[in-house]
Amino acid sequence: MYKYAVKRILLMIPTLIGAGILVFMLMRMIPGDICEIRLGGTGLMVDKEQIDICRENLGLNDSLAKQFLDFAVGIATLNFGDSMWTGRPVTEEISVRFQLTLQIAIMATLTAVIIALPFGVISAIKQNTWVDYCIRLFSIAGIATPSFWLGIMIILGLLIVSQQLFGEPWMMPIQFVPIWEDPLANLSQTIWPAVAVGYRYAAVVVRMTRSAMLEVLREDYVRTARAKGLFEKIIVNQHALKNALLPVVTLVGIEFAFLIGGLVVTEQVFNLNGLGKLFVDAVLDHDFTLTQSLVMMVVTVFVVVNLLVDLIYAWIDPRIHYT
Amino acid sequence: MKLKTLNLLVGTTAALLLAANVAAAETPKRGGILNFVVGSKIPSMDGHMEGTFGMIHPIRPFYSTLIRVNPANPSSTTDFVCDVCSSFSSSDDGKTHTFAIRKDIKFHDGTPLTAADVKATYDKLVFPPKGILSLRKKFFNMVDTITTPDNYTLVMKLKYPSPTFIPSVAMPFNFIYSKKDLDTHGYKWHQKNVNGTGAFSFVEYQPGSHVTGKRFDGYHHEGKPYLDGYKAISAPKMAVRLQAIRGDRAAIEFRGFPPKARDDLVKALGDKITVQEGDWNCSLLVTPNHKAKPFDDKRVRRALTLAVDRWGGSKALSKIAIVKTPGGVVFPSHPLAATKDELSKIPGFWTDIKKSRAEAKRLLAEAGQSNLTFTLLNRAVDQPYRILGVWLIDQWRQIGVKVTQNAVPTGPWVDSLRKKKDYQVAIDANCQSIVNPIVDVSKFLGSASNNYAQYTDEPMEKMHAAMSRSGDQAEQRKIMRQFEQRVYGDEAHIIPTLWWYKINPHRSYVKGWKIAPSHYLNQHLDQVWLDK
Repeated sequence: MYKYAVKRILLMIPTLIGAGILVFMLMRMIPGDICEIRLGGTGLMVDKEQIDICRENLGLNDSLAKQFLDFAVGIATLNFGDSMWTGRPVTEEISVRFQLTLQIAIMATLTAVIIALPFGVISAIKQNTWVDYCIRLFSIAGIATPSFWLGIMIILGLLIVSQQLFGEPWMMPIQFVPIWEDPLANLSQTIWPAVAVGYRYAAVVVRMTRSAMLEVLREDYVRTARAKGLFEKIIVNQHALKNALLPVVTLVGIEFAFLIGGLVVTEQVFNLNGLGKLFVDAVLDHDFTLTQSLVMMVVTVFVVVNLLVDLIYAWIDPRIHYT
Repeated sequence: MKLKTLNLLVGTTAALLLAANVAAAETPKRGGILNFVVGSKIPSMDGHMEGTFGMIHPIRPFYSTLIRVNPANPSSTTDFVCDVCSSFSSSDDGKTHTFAIRKDIKFHDGTPLTAADVKATYDKLVFPPKGILSLRKKFFNMVDTITTPDNYTLVMKLKYPSPTFIPSVAMPFNFIYSKKDLDTHGYKWHQKNVNGTGAFSFVEYQPGSHVTGKRFDGYHHEGKPYLDGYKAISAPKMAVRLQAIRGDRAAIEFRGFPPKARDDLVKALGDKITVQEGDWNCSLLVTPNHKAKPFDDKRVRRALTLAVDRWGGSKALSKIAIVKTPGGVVFPSHPLAATKDELSKIPGFWTDIKKSRAEAKRLLAEAGQSNLTFTLLNRAVDQPYRILGVWLIDQWRQIGVKVTQNAVPTGPWVDSLRKKKDYQVAIDANCQSIVNPIVDVSKFLGSASNNYAQYTDEPMEKMHAAMSRSGDQAEQRKIMRQFEQRVYGDEAHIIPTLWWYKINPHRSYVKGWKIAPSHYLNQHLDQVWLDK
């Protein structure tokens, strides 16, 4: 197992190099120039001299080879440089947002797992009953409902209902406070996006849990367990669910990794200062250093989460061995 | 008779009491934190190199400027008052401007401000060293020397008298920096650090989230600021900013909302919302690429401007978009602006739209372009770019021209306008801070770096040079009319739309802030107070 983990970690290196080359090239192919956007985008009288100074200061007049070398050396030495847009260190730009994004991702995942596992199992056990139909309706609605729309409905609902009840509309905080500084303020901001995202997330996992459970429940060993007269609870929890969990764990892992940097629209709806918004801003602003670093970070998260999922497989199913 | 006298007395007393109450109600209260939302983000904190309100709104309150628009009368386009100076005067020939610097000003770090600081600031703005950005350097082309005869006097000598000089000095981006900071930390220090003489001192900046400031007790305008502090919260989405005001997470947004948002807020909150409105020193312009056929033909360009019903469009569009006033090249309320009569004589502003469109069709037929089709490059921003784009397409449809809108993100839009120049017709913006007409209209010069139409027009260059050096407003006005007639009418180099309209609905407890012709102006916040 240890050797396997080390091998997988080493395999991350070519993946990261490939991603690095790809994002470096793609960013330079997108039409637009950070200096033109920043200085000339407001319609101001900006002459070429100012644009040239800006490009020189940002290293954009260097050859592509030098720019790539600087980028590669920076990544290798964990010196990600400064954001071209703000001039602040990329690590600072990312770290202030990572905390919020991670919290939302964890809260949404917890929401999803807490809802999805029991619902998925019950839906499979009670297949084709009214309970099953209700859960399927819940999950299909969740898949069909965009998280941002649900988010907007939550915000408007809170404003309207609170105004009717208390005379003054209430809105959740629009700026992040760390949970250890003010747990109430933190949760009153983060709970709503976690619910909006978690609902869609739960809906997908419910579907997966249900279908995996249905498949496992039809296996011979489950039939044998029933023939032996085991309690249904033991059959479901100990024999069926454990085996049905493998695809569910994969899905939860992928969704979790997606939430780190993928919550673009939801972050905008709730005004969350997260990585998704930063990602979009960086691309639109042509902030090469920041975009490149963000891509490398997201690739790393995906690779690490996939590794963890593989390791969890072995923990759930003792038949799986990695050598 | 007695009863009448009594009634009069009671009435007078009641009126006086009411007036006293109103006066009392308008007496500024001290304290409180102003939360406001900002629909953009901060690039750097150095005003000298930035041009966005995303920097001005959160950072301007930390700094002072040499002079500024009068906070009590910010809607005036010509009323400038001292900020760090106590008085300023100009020589008879208009070439020497002397500023007496106040002696009671301190930077937030305790360093006293002298004329040397103002000189160091203006040296950086006007004569930046190699490799240092100064976005408004061109505004000060007329400046010859900056000197300090003593510690509290600053003299700027100009190469030629220029009516654009004083408004340029009043621009809100010209933050006064400490010479000590510039000497010690270098010219890039202010990109990430703050040390000003403004009403508030810096507390915190969390990238992408907020900026906070607290009252500076040593502020030089006596008794101000009234607020204990402020928090500028970044909220790029308009819906969030709107709901933030509705839910009282923020009291105000200084840029502006569209009419529907204003109406929604007023409907939801009634008198808890106050609305301030006025013309905005921004306009969208249609820029035909003179190097792309058939837009090199002025008959085609004139047909395109003649097709647009600006008077009718103003009524309809002002209900859904942040545009309203039909106007010429100069901001509508400025003394150099065209009157309605003058405007109505320019093709495209005729009040008889049927006649105008008939002429447009005739010109197109004469140019052999009766079935003209083209793509309109636009910026993928709803207010007011896309809305105006759709409206224009419909206006042109009425003379038989078929137009497709290509709305792209800011990056490719700027790239196409400034670098590739590969568009046929584009929507472009002219958005300025201080109303400084002669500088503002320089965008219409073929030689201007922010003119993307690709034409050369020597007579216009000469007219502009003459205006720039004329000390006589009547003469400036006369030349401005010729300039306007040429750019919008005779040559139709550029096709005007409507001037923007600024709508600021805010919580009624926000007092002391008055709307200005630009979202860049009057943002020092020293006069703002909360009636809570």
